[in-house]
Formats: sequence, C-alpha cells, structure tokens
Amino acid sequence: MKIVACVKRVPTTDLKPQVGGDGKSLDPSGIQYEVSFYDERAVEEAVQQKEKHGGDVTVLTLGSASGTKEIRSCLAKGADDAICLVDEDWGSRDSLSTAKALAAKIKDLGADLVLTGRVATDRDNAAVGPMIATLLGYACVTDVVELSIDGTSGTAKRESEAGIETYSFSLPAVITCQKDLNEPRHAGMKGIMAAKKKPLAEEAHAAPDNTSTVNSLAMPPERPEGRIIGEGPDAIPALIDALRNEAKAL
Amino acid sequence: MSTIVFVEHANGAAKRASLEALGAAKTLGGDVVAVLFGDGAQDAAGSLDCTKALTVDMGSWSPDQAAATLAEAIKANGGTAFLAAGTGAGRDVAPRVAALCDTALHTDCTELTAGEVTRPILAGKLIAKIAPGGSVLCATLRRNCFEPTGAGSAAVEALAAVGDAKATCTGIEAKAGGKLDVAEAPVVVSGGRGLKEAEHFGLLEDLAAAFGNAAVGASRAVVDLGWRPHGEQVGQTGKTVSPQLYIAVAISGAIQHLAGMKTSKTIVAINKDADAPIFKVADYGIVGDAFEVVPALTEAIKAVRAEG
Repeated sequence: MKIVACVKRVPTTDLKPQVGGDGKSLDPSGIQYEVSFYDERAVEEAVQQKEKHGGDVTVLTLGSASGTKEIRSCLAKGADDAICLVDEDWGSRDSLSTAKALAAKIKDLGADLVLTGRVATDRDNAAVGPMIATLLGYACVTDVVELSIDGTSGTAKRESEAGIETYSFSLPAVITCQKDLNEPRHAGMKGIMAAKKKPLAEEAHAAPDNTSTVNSLAMPPERPEGRIIGEGPDAIPALIDALRNEAKAL
Repeated sequence: MSTIVFVEHANGAAKRASLEALGAAKTLGGDVVAVLFGDGAQDAAGSLDCTKALTVDMGSWSPDQAAATLAEAIKANGGTAFLAAGTGAGRDVAPRVAALCDTALHTDCTELTAGEVTRPILAGKLIAKIAPGGSVLCATLRRNCFEPTGAGSAAVEALAAVGDAKATCTGIEAKAGGKLDVAEAPVVVSGGRGLKEAEHFGLLEDLAAAFGNAAVGASRAVVDLGWRPHGEQVGQTGKTVSPQLYIAVAISGAIQHLAGMKTSKTIVAINKDADAPIFKVADYGIVGDAFEVVPALTEAIKAVRAEG
C-alpha cells in the first residue's frame, strides 16, 4: 500500500505572535517551528498502517527548504522517504493553492491512502485534506478517531458534536486525523540515525495562484480590564450580582 | 447575487448554528437559498426565513454527495457565496464545496461582507482580514457571532442529489444523555489541573447542571492526563469557544488555552493563585479554593434559576 502523510511545519503552540512590518504577515523573527500537532498523528497512523498492511510511507510537505529538520523528524519516526515541494511563499498560500499543489504530487505518487492532520495549528482552516480528496476524486473522512483498512476498503470513526459517526469507504482515500486516533511515538536514537540515510527530496515547485488575499493581520482587541470580586465562597453574592446586573449573563 | 446556505436540522427544525448562517447570508444581500438534506428536511424547510429552501432526498449521509449537490445548487442559482455553520458537518462539507467551486475556503469567520471576511488564526492569537477573491465566497462561520434568522415561509422545492457517495455514514453512536457540545453551549464551565483528580470534575458537572444550558470544558493538561475526553478540550489543540459565559475553574491560563476562550462574552475565573494569568482575561475573578467556591456557586445558580 502506498501511503502518503501530508504534514505542515507550523510555529510552536506557545508562540506569542507579532505582526510583521507589512501588517499582513506573521513576523518570522524568533519563531520556533514544529510539525503541526495533528499532522504528527497522521505520520504515526501512516506508520501503523504500514506495519499492519505493508507498503511504504512518503511524507509530503509544501514549505521552505529550511524546514527540512521538522520533516527529518517524521522520517525518524518510521516514514520511508520525504518530499518537500519547495515554495518560499508557503506561508501565504491559501487552502486551495496548497491543496492543488499537494494533490498533483499525490496523483504522481499513486497514493492508496493519504493521511493528514484534522487542521493545521497555524491557519486553522481544516480545508486542505478534504480539498485534496475532492480534486482527486478520492473518498475522504475527516476528524477520524479510529481507522481500519481491509484490502481496498476501510471504515473510519469520526468525532462530531452528534457523537461518533462510522463511515465506510473505498481506497484511495484521504483521512484527516483527530487527536484520539493514536499517540505519536518518540523517535529514539536508532530512528534518528536511520533517518539521516533516508531520502528527502527537495523539489522545485511553482504553486498555483491564490484565490484570496490577506488584507491585514492584527492582534485581537484587548479585553477590558476585569476585577477580582473577592476571596473564597464569601465572594459569591457579589459575583452573582455582577453577572446579573452588570454583565447581564444570568 | 445569491447565497447558498447548507442548513442542518434535527427533529424537524433547523439548528441554531444554521439559522446564524442564514442570518449572515441575509446581510450579504440578494437571494438566500437554503439546502437541507435527508429525513425531516421538508418539516424544517417551510418555516425558514429565506428566499427558497431546497430539500434533498438522500439515502445514507455522504459528505461527497452533499458537497456535489451543494455545488450544483450554487451553479443553478447563480450563487456568489456559500455559507455553512462551523459544525462537524459544516466543516466536513464546506472544503469540498470550495474545491468544486475552484476557490479557497475561509473557516470559522467571525465577520463577513461580500468583499472581506474576518477570521481568527493561530487559535485566535491573531485576527486576519481576507479578500476572498474567486467567483464564489466560501466560508464557515463561528458560532454565536451572527444573528440567527427567525421564522419565515420559504418556498420549498425538491432538489435531486448528484455525485457519487465515496464515503457513507453507516451509523452514529450518540453522545450520552444528549450533552451539549462545548463549542455550542451558551455557558461553559471549564476545569484545569488544579482540580487535582478526575473525580473532582463532578463539581463542575453539578455546576453545569445547575445552569441547565452549560457544557463542561477542560484544559489541555487534564485531557493529556486522561481525566477528560479530548472533545471537551478548549484551546489551541482543542476547540475554540465563544459562549455567553465562560467559567474557568482551577485553570492557570496558558497562552494556548487563553487563545481558545478569549472571545467569550463574559469570563469568570476561580483560582487559588491570585497571580494566575487567567485573571488577566477574566471580567470577574474569585481568589479561592475551587472545592469551597464551586459548590457555593452551584447553590447560588440553583437559587437564581429557582427564582425564574
């Protein structure tokens, strides 16, 4: 089975972001990067599915050539090879532009199973996975917490407000991974050493144009200063009074 | 100019989140066309306040088929915008519709005009204003940000489903006791590691029950400890919420958590540590032991509710 795990390199979640001088982009100074939280689940699931069914796992990303350290970490956790579609404008790609670029490569690779995170923790769009599936005519289940593949078909459980939904589908398919799907493994020294010898191709790439344009990026408005109502349970009557008469929240 | 809206329904009525999407569609001007799928669509369609409601018969729910049918409705009705609620189904279907319309998707928008959408990124640490471009503006909407429509009398027409069902839903295991989701509840009562044990979340369950319209939320720390399910996690690797009232109990307030709840209308923080960062975003703070303060608050809320 040919498995492709799509990952994105994103700022670490403890980032206190600053807006760049153009007022439209993230100030890159001092940003530490990591593989997006849910994409780590995608890599883990890819490796687990390979361990069950055989085949190989390619990690695919669209990003900067300087982002290969994060991609290498996926190889250390069991992926076989990696492809970075080098695009120095990756940070400003919109969801459709990104999906088109990845879909074209996935088609070339002839993937049976594509795994990616539920959402990237920088842009929060949760769009690229299902877009790839739509562009390629693949099945797609999003927000998956349980996956089982049997030959050329599969079942997936998806988490929603309604509860747990079960889907059946045929391969090829795109699955977007929710937190509870698995617990990503640690690389270990052996994995890290092995990863150094695994192929990581940097491919020159011209991503399709964006349809959308960022007009501005700004810090959210500060909340008005609050106040300490009091200490311990004695403060409850004052809190109820404030919630009822000031905030009109009761 | 017309806006096509994916309207979800249950028990013969449109969901509130979808009514908010219809409300947002109205502000764009032009015709508003609702599309409803499956059993019960007929019952919910007629009372919608929009130009037209299209009902689609569908066997098992299939997001691919829903998306193809919505794209068809957009084409047939000269759609210039497509809106869906930021629900599980909305977020599942909308990217597919956007891809079929050859345009980008704007997820979780908090404001919307024909020329510009506003949406949080980095879980709300920054706010982006984006010119959507393309011939169809495709967006999902954050809950509690748009005025829902009231009752109306839409003209109801049937629409045939198109496209292949590549993935189909074969069953739903409903949530226990019809619990409200943390992302849609008007009141959220969240707990952190300061509650010391999973069992102590019973205090928050009691407080949520006293409100009657509240959901229990959790910090990442307690989800990672396995005390609460991930579905309840508020913050950057969980859910972003904007309830009318958010009560943070024994949560210190890591930046990832604050990002996920900072747009709540009113925030109350209860924490032993007077220097906890959560107090910086709270409207009202109580410094004290959760084990003493929360039961007293529960009794007080019960009393308020009993007064009616």
